[in-house]
Amino acid sequence: MRKPTFQVTRRQAIRGLLATGAFGLTVKLSGCSNSPTAAGGNDTLTAGFIYVGPKDDYGYNQAHSEGRASLDSLDGIKTSEEASVPETNAVQESIRSMIDLDGATAIFATSFGYFDPHVLALAKDFPEVQFFHCGGLYEEGVHPNNVGSYFGYIDEAQYVAGVVAAHASTSKRLGFIGAKPIPQVLRNVNSFTLGARSIDPSATTQVIFTGDWADPVREAEAANSMADQGVDVLTCHVDSPKVVIETAERRGIFATGYHANQAELAPKGYLTGAEWDWSTVYKNYVSLLQEGKTLMNGGIPHLVRGGFKDGFLKLSPFGPAVSASAQQAAEAAQAQLISGELVIYKGEIKDNQGKTVIAGGKELGQTAIELEQMNWLAEGVMGSVG
Amino acid sequence: MASEALGWWGVPLAIIAGTLRGSAPFLLVSLGECLTEKSGKINLGLEGTLLMGAMSAYAVSYLTGSPWLGVIVAGVAGMFLGLIHGWLAQQPRVNDVAVGIAMIIFGSGLAFFLGKPFIQPSAPQLPTLSLAGWTQIPQLESALSISPLFILGVAIAPLMQWFFRSSRWGLLIRAVGDSPDAAKAMGISIFKVRMASIVAGSFLAGIGGASLSLFYPGSWSERISSGQGLMAVALVIFARWNPVQCLYASLLFGGAQAIGPALQSVGIDAYYYLFNASPYILTLLIMVITCSPKRTLTGAPGSLGQAQE
Repeated sequence: MRKPTFQVTRRQAIRGLLATGAFGLTVKLSGCSNSPTAAGGNDTLTAGFIYVGPKDDYGYNQAHSEGRASLDSLDGIKTSEEASVPETNAVQESIRSMIDLDGATAIFATSFGYFDPHVLALAKDFPEVQFFHCGGLYEEGVHPNNVGSYFGYIDEAQYVAGVVAAHASTSKRLGFIGAKPIPQVLRNVNSFTLGARSIDPSATTQVIFTGDWADPVREAEAANSMADQGVDVLTCHVDSPKVVIETAERRGIFATGYHANQAELAPKGYLTGAEWDWSTVYKNYVSLLQEGKTLMNGGIPHLVRGGFKDGFLKLSPFGPAVSASAQQAAEAAQAQLISGELVIYKGEIKDNQGKTVIAGGKELGQTAIELEQMNWLAEGVMGSVG
Repeated sequence: MASEALGWWGVPLAIIAGTLRGSAPFLLVSLGECLTEKSGKINLGLEGTLLMGAMSAYAVSYLTGSPWLGVIVAGVAGMFLGLIHGWLAQQPRVNDVAVGIAMIIFGSGLAFFLGKPFIQPSAPQLPTLSLAGWTQIPQLESALSISPLFILGVAIAPLMQWFFRSSRWGLLIRAVGDSPDAAKAMGISIFKVRMASIVAGSFLAGIGGASLSLFYPGSWSERISSGQGLMAVALVIFARWNPVQCLYASLLFGGAQAIGPALQSVGIDAYYYLFNASPYILTLLIMVITCSPKRTLTGAPGSLGQAQE
């Protein structure tokens, strides 16, 4: 046996190991930061917000966090938030401590995978707490009465982004980097493509699915591969579009953003972007709650959805590469979507196999249930859902 | 702006470009692990070191505006984690694999914790070296823009080979790894040699992290490594503890990352989950092929993974 440099007893070594492990675990598992914003009076409402990723990721979570921050200016509401909570039992623990320790009576669970089984399980344990889930999965009669869901028709903004993209593109080849071929993503791909083809019917969209909501290396590979293939406008539907937008800028092609405003990442090539505007949604909820309305007494609808008209969405300010005519066309499309003149899914629409998916003369409004089960890619999209 | 589409030529080009862009982290981590394992210790914690390196490089580059300073700090941060591992893993009857797993959690946790303010800002990136003066094709120009850290790794591989084979220090490390008792009889401090190997290996892994955040994909996020550090450790076994073979193996893994997206971009949509998983499948295949109960691995340092009594 060698002579140890440091004489350490076994007990000390075990203690050290345990401490190291425990410290690592604590650091990893606690993305917690409570931000009490108003002094708590008796009638102060406490709302808890939970995000699946970091809250400044230029993406989905940042959009929600900005919405939460808009509540800071209101009276009588206190918020606590926790970022980077995985879609596992960890979210149940987070929600429990928000209810037990912070006294939250309304929980906003913002990630799709939180709903089943986590939110549903906790809704049964805490019947007096209201759970609002972002993703639109609530079903009347099936799910507990104190659960509600909210979601926006962001494909309206993607349609307008498609209009801008078709104006900017010279190769008429657009690129879309999607995470997974689920209905929400397919709907964005299709709306983006339909928007582009309303300007130039020869435009096509190449779609690449990365298979994961956040995989920076693969997103960068996908962006580079598309740039090599002559695609000159890129957009995406991943949790954080940062890598896609930055790669597009480095390759000297255009990009349209998603979730939040990424203009400063690509000062030359950023055209516009489809952004969430959760501040309206959260402020509405808070004012309803402050009036004493709840999900349980029927004062708050269980399903809340909306598009441009309802203030759920906004467009990023147009970038320097957007021509005056493109801007005009985009603003016209947005105005028509708000007035209801323009219906995105209006027959006849064929899928990219040549099959008619929406018959001629048929209009599917944004609330149509068929659109929530979308499993096809429109004509002009290169890719497959399989 | 963009030129003509490349069509089918895009697939081999993307794989070559992916190899040049994406293999630097694999290369630097696997060289670091190769050095560490030659001395008879395993450092699984390099996944955490990689993340710590990526975070500290990005943070320092953003705060000081100098990406090169970021690279150095990433290496130093790696050395700091290496010191912890080197000390813990050499205590009597301590299993280095278990310590390594603790270090993955510790390193990544620390990186996530300290890295929170740096997810949003854009840090200055490392300059690229272009080898494409001879071509006018923009796709090729982009593919041939190479990271200086990749070139560093390519230079280190044969140097390390020479170091192990022909230098006195290399022989010391091999002696400690193959037969600690013999090395001890020679009057070598096993503790110091192993500590130095682990710390130097962690320095390289930290620089590998800098390559992730300061070159490609060129941003800091918690998902930046997607297991590359662990794959690089597996890759050392595949490369039979030979630095030059680590280089080839890293090129293979870097190229494999590009297969899925490249095939989809030319319209091969089937099985993209399978193609996207190709680096992982490759790791599994390598493990299956190289591990056999009937024979020991050639090239494995004799005392690898054995706890000290």
